[in-house]
Amino acid sequence: MAQSAIEVPPKGGFNFDLCVRNDMLTKKGVQLPSYRKTGTTIVGLVYKDGVVLGADTRATEGPIVCDKNCEKIHYMAPNIYCCGAGTAADTEAVTDMVSSQLNLHRYATGRQSRVVTALTLLKTHLFSYQGHVSAALVLGGVDVTGPHLHTIYPHGSTDSLPYATMGSGSLAAMAMFESQYREGMTREEGIHLVSEAIRSGIFNDLGSGSNVDVCVITKDKTEYLRNHMLPNPRTYVSTRGFSFAKGQTEVLSTKIKQLRERVVEVAVEGADAMEE
Amino acid sequence: MSFRIFEYNGSAIVAMVGKNCFAIASDRRLGVQLQTIGTDFQKIFKIHDKLYVGLAGLATDAQTLHQRLVFRHKLYQLREERDMKPETFASLVSAILYEKRFGPYFTQPVIAGLGEDDQPFICTMDSIGAKELAKDFVVAGTASESLYGACESMYKPDMEPEELFETISQALQASVDRDCLSGWGGHVLLVTPTEVRESTLKGRMD
Repeated sequence: MAQSAIEVPPKGGFNFDLCVRNDMLTKKGVQLPSYRKTGTTIVGLVYKDGVVLGADTRATEGPIVCDKNCEKIHYMAPNIYCCGAGTAADTEAVTDMVSSQLNLHRYATGRQSRVVTALTLLKTHLFSYQGHVSAALVLGGVDVTGPHLHTIYPHGSTDSLPYATMGSGSLAAMAMFESQYREGMTREEGIHLVSEAIRSGIFNDLGSGSNVDVCVITKDKTEYLRNHMLPNPRTYVSTRGFSFAKGQTEVLSTKIKQLRERVVEVAVEGADAMEE
Repeated sequence: MSFRIFEYNGSAIVAMVGKNCFAIASDRRLGVQLQTIGTDFQKIFKIHDKLYVGLAGLATDAQTLHQRLVFRHKLYQLREERDMKPETFASLVSAILYEKRFGPYFTQPVIAGLGEDDQPFICTMDSIGAKELAKDFVVAGTASESLYGACESMYKPDMEPEELFETISQALQASVDRDCLSGWGGHVLLVTPTEVRESTLKGRMD
């Protein structure tokens, strides 16, 4: 087929068009921008009736905090969620992609998704990019074969564990798990230990901060407890903020465009159509 | 030649949410490192009446990306016979940027729009499409660090359009004065459900 004159929207996959130019710039000594990372503490544990996942809510770009309340627990399927650490764009893209594949698989089979399916899809993708897609994940869910918790490393290796931590705050969080985890915990004990592990990351790791998000998955219910704890509220702001007098800013020119209500054409049944 | 790529042209972009309205503002400088080339450079682009995108970073990539975004929005309009919702547009920008994950456009977009029921929406991304949705304000460009500080203290929730205009203008001016690479006046768009007010600000010319 002849090549199209215009660039049509792509069908998928990465595009490497700018690599040569960007490589040339790097060789000349230009520093490339830093990507948004989730410095992150993410954890998960298996308890009596299911799985509890937890995450902090800080996103960073170098030393700058660029989002104080981001979401790191991603939806995969109604019974499966996934915590993401590493380059924010990668964790977001990889979980979204696999989530849509799982959805299509459910339509085709008419059955609930299994955690191993999600695990395999994630690890094959990550392995095929040899660690360049830098997503470190904690995958948890409950399916017909019971509760499951896995960690996935950027290179595609995986672990199946009763309790797991990932991200820069993983050591701080693991300290809490190692000292307090035991088998057959109750829901409340599970949520409490996960929150304590995340808090340990928030306060001891600089890459993690702000609030605690928790997700509890059981056989027939999934609860997403967004901002389960708010251990770092804002205390330093005056309630009234600054007020600027109207017209304080020096303006050179102003152009005002009135927006018209969009006219919606409604096909009227009867009269006109009948006459033709 | 050792510098960060965002510092080649210099830019400052900020968007803020008010009560049923939003404002998006940018500086007006185009430079090549420390030399100023233009002082009326456009960095905020219209997608449709109630949706705008500000592109910070390397100007050549910003303009290329803008052309692709306009093209994709036109295709959408033809197929769907309606304008894109801001949330949809943000996903589109994110997908276009992530496609170039291993050879990115050196640009950081700021998206601001009024959605269904005129609910304001603002969002920013890094150069490979990691979305950051915010309820209050978003910033981008070489002056982003000073903008974070200014907005963090000046912003209040639920501002009326007039107050929002003053706040975003003051935050922008205060921030670009602490950044060598951006400034030379400002450009502010204040969008309410009934009108778009486009203003150019007087600023320091040094």
